[in-house]
Amino acid sequence: MELFFFIPIALLSVLLALGVVFNSSPIGSAVSLIGMMLCLAGVFVLQSAHFLAILQVLIYAGAIMVLFMFVIMLLNLKTAEDSVWKSREHNTLLSVLTGFLVLGLAYKMVEIAMDSNFGPGMPVKDGFGTTEAVGTVLFTDYVLPFEVASILLLVAMIGALVLAKTKID
Amino acid sequence: MTDILIDLAITLVKIGFILGVTVGFFAPILTWVERKQSAIMQDRIGANRADVMGFRALGLFHIIADALKMFTKEDFIPDGANKFMHTLSPIIALVPAIITFAVVPFGGQYTLFGKEVNLVISDLDVGLLFVFAIASLATYGYVIAGWSSNNNWSMLGSMRTAAQMVSYEVTMGLTIIGVLMVFGTMRLTEIGAIQENFFRWGIFLQPVGFFMFFTASIAENKRIPFDNPEAESELVAGYFTEYSGLKFGMFFMAEFIEMVTIGALITLLFFGAWHVPFLSTATIISLFDFLGATGSNIVAMLFHVGVFFAKVTFFIWVQMTIRWTLPRFRYDQIMNLGWKILLPLSLINIVVTGIIILALA
Repeated sequence: MELFFFIPIALLSVLLALGVVFNSSPIGSAVSLIGMMLCLAGVFVLQSAHFLAILQVLIYAGAIMVLFMFVIMLLNLKTAEDSVWKSREHNTLLSVLTGFLVLGLAYKMVEIAMDSNFGPGMPVKDGFGTTEAVGTVLFTDYVLPFEVASILLLVAMIGALVLAKTKID
Repeated sequence: MTDILIDLAITLVKIGFILGVTVGFFAPILTWVERKQSAIMQDRIGANRADVMGFRALGLFHIIADALKMFTKEDFIPDGANKFMHTLSPIIALVPAIITFAVVPFGGQYTLFGKEVNLVISDLDVGLLFVFAIASLATYGYVIAGWSSNNNWSMLGSMRTAAQMVSYEVTMGLTIIGVLMVFGTMRLTEIGAIQENFFRWGIFLQPVGFFMFFTASIAENKRIPFDNPEAESELVAGYFTEYSGLKFGMFFMAEFIEMVTIGALITLLFFGAWHVPFLSTATIISLFDFLGATGSNIVAMLFHVGVFFAKVTFFIWVQMTIRWTLPRFRYDQIMNLGWKILLPLSLINIVVTGIIILALA
């Protein structure tokens, strides 16, 4: 039953991820990315992580991508045929180096896949993935990383404000 | 096996009921109410031209006339528009508005023929967040509509939409935190059940939160006074300038269904959901005890559903009255209200709520 939902969702998310890379128009890429994030939320639901799935939709698909779209439209980026996108010169050295990076990533992925145990999964604890469970873990076991992350975000926010404002009054 | 079939049948009935009430009843009726109410408020006669064999029925035939017009009008896609996106965006705008109702309970729990019936399609643990997550997806419908139309007015409209939605979503999210703090759950059915006690209605626990939520939700629905994305006097019709026929109708329907959603959420979170003050479910059931267990439960169920939708209708009326009372805000006023007044206020609301909860604990 789970596979019945997982296979189409996983296939669709891979296709949409490819769509992000190969789409000629930036808006098309952004729309594919939104679709892919929704598919990922679907995968989270199948892992009974409902809270995470909802946050994925609410924050990534619902809020961050709206800003992406806004910026793309504000800069009025058209298709890849436009001169803006073609102006970058072909750089062989850069391409080769990037290729090595991708190779390394692929090697690591295969290694992890070989090491993993694909036997029958562990039974899920009662109340796993609910808001309460996530909140409890976040505020007990991971309270320090949680607080550090919030300070980092605050710093980033103030930094963006300082950079954007030429004159601070 | 029969159990699964019965559950399936019950769920289908609930889905049919919700679709019937929102798409089938509220959306068309509201097009008429909007005209009639504006006519009354502006001392006009209004909406009485359509007649069938001399009968005018207070202009109710306009609903049928509108539907016929939308179905038969030419579906126009402008030159240079992105055809796929142009067609897709009304769907993206309408579908989330309907899906949000999947988690909105319209009544409590009743025992019918020895079977527990919960009047909600899907009782999610993250119900409240689900509503906002799905509702926020509708933004793409409006943004892509303007972008794909190849029209500068549409483009400006959709950029305004994106900016306004992002700004007010922040306030809305923070207001919800206050509500979550006092109720201690995100399950909408539980939030409704808690408010059986009149003194625990959301409006008493989160009075400031109610006003901020109401303001932010009207802004999210882009209705006057927050209708800058479609400001007729500036942008022709904003993001849907280049839409005609049923595609335009879908944008309109999305707006009306969102009004119902807002009414339902305000009723659920702040005004006691399906409860009447000082009249608990147990009292109703014991009053109608002579009808037997199932009979009294059915009475309670019908009563609660009626009360819920009466409250929803009232809040839709409030939204319409606001629409025909206030003039449109200027764009900078909207941004100032969102970021400089509502956002700090909602943060203060969270802190004060936290302090009070700690003091009472």
